[in-house]
Amino acid sequence: MNNKLKAAIIGPGNIGTDLLMKAMRSDWIEPVWMVGVEPTSEGLKRAKGFGMKTTSEGVDGMLAHVIEDDIRIAFDATSAYVHAENSRKLNELGVIMIDLTPAAIGPFCVPPINLKAHAHKLEMNVNMVTCGGQATIPMVAAVSQVQPVDYGEIVATVASQSVGPGTRMNIDEFTRTTSAGVEQVGGAKKGKAIIIINPAEPPMIMRDTIHCLTEDEPDQKAITRSVEAMVEAVQEYVPGYKLVNGPIFDGNRVSIFMEVEGLGDFLPKYSGNLDIMTAAGLRTAEMFAEEAASGGIELPVRAAA
Amino acid sequence: MDLKGRKITVHDMSLRDGMHAKQHQITIEQMKSVSQGLDDAGVPLIEVTHGDGLGGASVQWGFPAASDEEYLRAVIPDLMQAKVSALLLPGVGTVDHLKMAADCGISTIRVATHCTEADVSLQHIKAGREMGLDTVGFLMMAHMSEPEQLLKQGLLMESYGANCIYATDSAGYMLPDDVTARISLLREHLQPETELGFHGHHNLSMGVANSLAAVEAGANRIDCACGGMGAGAGNTPMEVFIAVCERMGIETGVDVTKIADVAEDLVTPIMDFPVRIDRNSLTLGYAGVYSSFLLFARRAEEKYGVSARELLLEMGRRKMVGGQEDMIEDMALTMVKERQAS
Repeated sequence: MNNKLKAAIIGPGNIGTDLLMKAMRSDWIEPVWMVGVEPTSEGLKRAKGFGMKTTSEGVDGMLAHVIEDDIRIAFDATSAYVHAENSRKLNELGVIMIDLTPAAIGPFCVPPINLKAHAHKLEMNVNMVTCGGQATIPMVAAVSQVQPVDYGEIVATVASQSVGPGTRMNIDEFTRTTSAGVEQVGGAKKGKAIIIINPAEPPMIMRDTIHCLTEDEPDQKAITRSVEAMVEAVQEYVPGYKLVNGPIFDGNRVSIFMEVEGLGDFLPKYSGNLDIMTAAGLRTAEMFAEEAASGGIELPVRAAA
Repeated sequence: MDLKGRKITVHDMSLRDGMHAKQHQITIEQMKSVSQGLDDAGVPLIEVTHGDGLGGASVQWGFPAASDEEYLRAVIPDLMQAKVSALLLPGVGTVDHLKMAADCGISTIRVATHCTEADVSLQHIKAGREMGLDTVGFLMMAHMSEPEQLLKQGLLMESYGANCIYATDSAGYMLPDDVTARISLLREHLQPETELGFHGHHNLSMGVANSLAAVEAGANRIDCACGGMGAGAGNTPMEVFIAVCERMGIETGVDVTKIADVAEDLVTPIMDFPVRIDRNSLTLGYAGVYSSFLLFARRAEEKYGVSARELLLEMGRRKMVGGQEDMIEDMALTMVKERQAS
C-alpha cells in the first residue's frame, strides 16, 4: 500500500525547486503539482522536466484538480502577501498548508520541538518561522528544556548570495518573526534576533550563534547533553547542522556556535539557511503523512478519494 | 589644498561610536554633560545611540547603561542649538525603533548597511523620509568596495529617499586617495542636492587627512568624535579637525577653544582606557578589520590566552563584516582546540 501523501508546491523559485528535489526522494511525500504565475518561468520548465504537472495561473490554476489528484499537502514558497488567499482556497478543499513565507497565519513549526503536537492536532496551516529561526530555535529550546531561560538571542549570519529580494525588502519581518519564534517555540521569556549579511567570496556557510541567559546558574552538564541531543534531532533532516563550539558558560550566559551546511540539491551548499527551510518544511509534511498512515490522525474526508 | 570658505557640517560620534570604547556604559549624566558641552561649542549634530545603533542592546554587543529611549529623552530637551541623530542597522533595529527615536525628537536617522548590501535599507530609509527626517544612507566598511560598486549602492540608497550618502571607513583602513576616489565618483553621479559624508577611524592616524580629502572631493558632512572617543583607535578627533579647519578657512561653526575643553575636561576623564593607536588598533587599520572588534579581541585574549592581534588578522582574512563579534569568541575557542590537538 502506498502511504505517500500527494503534494503541490506553490512558487517555482529557488526554494520551491530545492524543496521539489528533496520531496522527490521522500518515502512519505509525492510531489505532483508545481504552481507558478509566469508562463515563461524557468522554475516551471524545470518542474515539468521532473515530471510535475504545472500551471502558471497561480493556485486557481490547480484548484479544479485538487480532489481528482488527491492533493493533501501544499507548500507555499511565495510571499506573505499572497499566502493568506492561497491558504484559504486550499484549506477549504482539505489541503494541509505548510507555509514557508513570513505570513505566519498558523502556529510556528520547528520540527524537533513541536511538529508532533501540530500533526496530532491536524493543524491545517503551519508556519516554518524563518531560516534563522529553524537554525537556532532548537538550541534555545534545548536550553529551556533544562531550566528557565530569561532571554534568548540569536545571531544568524548568511551569505549575501543566499538572501533573496523578498527578505531584503522586508528585513524587519525576519527580526520580528524570528524573535517571536524564539519566545513562543524556543521557550525564552524574551527573544531577540539579529541577521547579518556577509558578501565574502567564496560565500561563507551559514553561521548561527545562540546566546541564552538562564534565570538561575546554568546546569552545565544537563545543558550540554540537551544541546547535543537536539543537534542530533535536527541532523535527521539537515545532516549539515553542526555544533562548531560550545555550549560555553559565562555566569548565566550560555552560548552555542552553529554552522549550517545545505545538501546542495538545487541551492549551493553554503546556503544552509535556505536548505534548512526546505528540509524542515518537507520533514513537517512527512510527519503528517506518517501520522495519517499510522492512524494517529484522520485526513479530511473526501468522497472522490 | 585650497578649501577656504567651504562650509561643512561636523557630526559628533563620541556618544555613539564612543559607546564601543565604553562597552556601552556611558551614563545618562555623562551623556548630558558631554552633549551640552558640544552644544555650547557649536557642534551642530550629535549622534546618541547604542554603539551598534537603535536596538543594539544585546549579548552579542553588550547591554548599555540605559536604553536608547532613555538616552535620547535625557539629551534632546536640554540642547540649545545642536540636533541629535540616531544610527540604525537593518537586521538589528526595525522601523519600530525608528518611530520611537523620531518620537523622542531626533532630526536625523542614519541607516547603515555593509557597503554591498544597501538594498536591506529600503524599509528604513523610506520610513525616515516619510517621517520628515534628515535621512542618511551609511555605507560601512567602504574600503571593501571599489568606487564603482560603492556608487551603485549609493544610488540605491538615494533612490529609496536618502538625502545624504556616506562613505564609512569602519576599519580606519583607507588612505586619502581611497577617500578621494570614492567621494569624487559619488559626487559625479548622485543628484547635486544629495549631500555626501565621510566617517573615519584613526587606526592609521589618517582621520584628519582623510576627512580633508573627503571635503576636497565634495563631501560636506564629516564625522568626528570629541576627544577621539570611538571604536578602535577612535574616530577623527573633533578638536584636532576643527583646529585644522580653522587654519584652512573651512567653516564649521565650532569654537576651537571650547571643543578642546570639552575633549579635555568632559570626554577624556570618562574613558576606561586611553583610546589610541596600539598594536591591536593598528592591526584593525592595517588589515581592514571592523573597529569595534577591538575590545572583543582583547577580552578573548584575556579569557582564552590567544593573541588579540592573531584573532583580528584572522577576522580580516575571513572577510568578517560589522556585527560579527560572535565570531571572535568562536575563533578563539577554535584556536584553543587546535592548540590542544597539536
